[in-house]
Amino acid sequence: MPTKIEKDVLSGQDTTGHEWDGIKELNTPLPTWWVYTFYVTIVFAVVYCALYPSWPWFTGHTQGLLGYSNRTELTRELDAQAKERAAFVDRIRAASLADIRKDPELFNFAMAGGRSAFQTNCMQCHGAGGAGNTGFPNLVDDDWLWGGNIDQIYATIQHGVRNADDNSRQSLMPRFGADGILTAPQVAAVTDYVLSLSGHGKATPEGAKIWQEQCVACHQADGKGNQELGAPNLTDGIWLYGGDRDSIYRSIFFARNGSMPAWGQRLDDATIKMLAVYVHSLGGGR
Amino acid sequence: MSSQAVVSADHRPAPRYVEDVIRAALVLTMFWGIVAFSAGVVIAAQLVWPQLSFDSEYLTFGRLRPLHTSAAIFAFGGTALIGTAFHVVQRTCRTRLFGGAPLGWFVLLGYQLFIVVAASGYLMGITQSKEYAEPEWYADLWLTIVWVAYLVAYLGTVLKREEPHIYVANWFYLAFIITIAMLHIVNNLAVPVSFAGTKSYGAWSGVQDAMIQWWYGHNAVGFFLTAAFLGMMYYYIPKAANRPIYSYRLSIVHFWSLVFLYIWAGPHHLHYTSLPDWAQTLGMVFSVMLWMPSWGGMINGLMTLSGAWDKLRTDPGLRFSVTAVGFYGMATFEGPVMSIKAVNSLSHYTDWTIGHVHSGALGWVAFIVFGTMYYLVPKMWNRPAMWSTRLIGWHYWIATIGIVLYITAMWVSGIMQGLMWRAYDELGFLQYSFVETVAAMHPFYVIRLLGGVFFLSGGLIMAYNMWRTVRGEPEAAADATRQAVAA
Repeated sequence: MPTKIEKDVLSGQDTTGHEWDGIKELNTPLPTWWVYTFYVTIVFAVVYCALYPSWPWFTGHTQGLLGYSNRTELTRELDAQAKERAAFVDRIRAASLADIRKDPELFNFAMAGGRSAFQTNCMQCHGAGGAGNTGFPNLVDDDWLWGGNIDQIYATIQHGVRNADDNSRQSLMPRFGADGILTAPQVAAVTDYVLSLSGHGKATPEGAKIWQEQCVACHQADGKGNQELGAPNLTDGIWLYGGDRDSIYRSIFFARNGSMPAWGQRLDDATIKMLAVYVHSLGGGR
Repeated sequence: MSSQAVVSADHRPAPRYVEDVIRAALVLTMFWGIVAFSAGVVIAAQLVWPQLSFDSEYLTFGRLRPLHTSAAIFAFGGTALIGTAFHVVQRTCRTRLFGGAPLGWFVLLGYQLFIVVAASGYLMGITQSKEYAEPEWYADLWLTIVWVAYLVAYLGTVLKREEPHIYVANWFYLAFIITIAMLHIVNNLAVPVSFAGTKSYGAWSGVQDAMIQWWYGHNAVGFFLTAAFLGMMYYYIPKAANRPIYSYRLSIVHFWSLVFLYIWAGPHHLHYTSLPDWAQTLGMVFSVMLWMPSWGGMINGLMTLSGAWDKLRTDPGLRFSVTAVGFYGMATFEGPVMSIKAVNSLSHYTDWTIGHVHSGALGWVAFIVFGTMYYLVPKMWNRPAMWSTRLIGWHYWIATIGIVLYITAMWVSGIMQGLMWRAYDELGFLQYSFVETVAAMHPFYVIRLLGGVFFLSGGLIMAYNMWRTVRGEPEAAADATRQAVAA
């Protein structure tokens, strides 16, 4: 259609003279504030590019006048926080675990640092409050697999359980059923015996006989276990993998042998000390 | 006062347009809208009560989330775009769709097949694990074929147009179709493990893969969710308001500056990652420069209404479109702000991002679609108006309240989350564990769910209104008369 420029009476602007399906366009100039704000953002972009690493070329990129990089910024921020903690951390590193517990200032700091480290590294398995979960020990009660005094807790955190660390806590319960040491009825009989240790049900003579032959070496004759070997106390009604008959049967048949990382390979010694103080304080520390 | 200050002098007879495809697209858009909003409500509820996945692998959040995002963006948004693109291009080019109804049907139904294949795959755990590009290689190949057909139909129509010039809406639709083709192909380059299996390995690896993914992801926002819906706005707002476009010059300058700047902004999704510093800088500054080009569309949309603001009282459909432009302006200001590294270090990975996305998706995309459909549905089915204008008003207020609840809950939750992550106690230790931040967000997740329920309810009202309109019951005439009297 021929171009026909008209005047819009409402705005006083000319149209462009085009029309599509009844839609026309005004030829209103660009709003001044819009143009200048656009210019300001462009100037900002140019200045920012001059200050920070920006334009690439074949072998590198402009470094920017501020010498900025993400990595140095991160290091600076972490260093600033580390510096704030440094005085106390140095004292923690130098002090023994017993001394940390005796000094209220150090103890307070270790509790805060231990909690922070626990919430980052430990709660995924042991729970936010340390109450554990099936397969992950409860740290709030006084039932300990590898010992509950502060040095034992420190060693468990430092070296972990059943991992590749040279000083890792090590022990291995046989897979009594799966490896054919006992038959299924024998496993069932000894299951009944184990249940009877905490006052549940009645043991058979056969169960007692198998207990004497196979179990007492680690769990002791009275069933109270051995913390040197991480052999749990079977008399206290506290069960890591469930205390119903079926769970205990499976524990004997397949064995369990849970593991924990050696945190000494991941965290510094001061942090592990603070973790030991914190875990020791949760409820069951001896 | 006449709102038709510029009277059309055009009396040529209209060509025989392809319209069945558009009617089908409108119905499908409504259907997918309900699906998308429902899926959103379900996963919002799962975030409040995780047990709602019922320990079923098919109902886990991880599988339902891409179902929700794809249903919203690709099924609801994409189907609306295909339908309106075919409507707008025929009308503004004054010519029948290139390829006629067969090509139009192929594009629409082929696209539906893609959606169904992709969505059922998500539920079965088939995914490329790339956000917004989850469909596996076979679905991607099929979409490529459909998309080329879409381009042929669209470009063919533009080329055989009966008008001397190409209307601005068509620039935006065309930029969308071409750029999405490019993004889709490059980001989805992959080698299938076997031709009988669903699994493939992407052609890119490491940080290059991340960069290409977010070059894709951000321009899916830029060209799918922004440019294309601006095309929709540029036709349906002047039509509904019966006013000329505010500024032709602004449309040219903001179109070219928008498409040029958007394509560089992707790296702002990868601030403080292993992406090199220089790329992060460029992603940020291009995002900041994008502010005014984005607002050019808002100015043209809002100022087109000058002289027709009174229509907002009587036409709640137009109220949807105008509110959409308002949300568009807000989201395109928030975006550049969030791309600034200092802000991003707080907002990244938090609910703030989710709130930002939804002010765009609900406020802009869904509202401009609602406004367009309230205009287009009576036109396409030859009805005098929607069955009930009052229900449009109800939809408007319920949906608006829903959005406000959603966005404000996510702002508060997101900023709180970001502040908790970075909080140190007085001794210099991190103060909160991750799970403590999750617990703190719980009440805001409930508010968000409530907002989603509002938004879904509005959608159901719309679907009912649309159904009655299409059935063509006499109430429509009665309601229209009532409204005319009230006005």
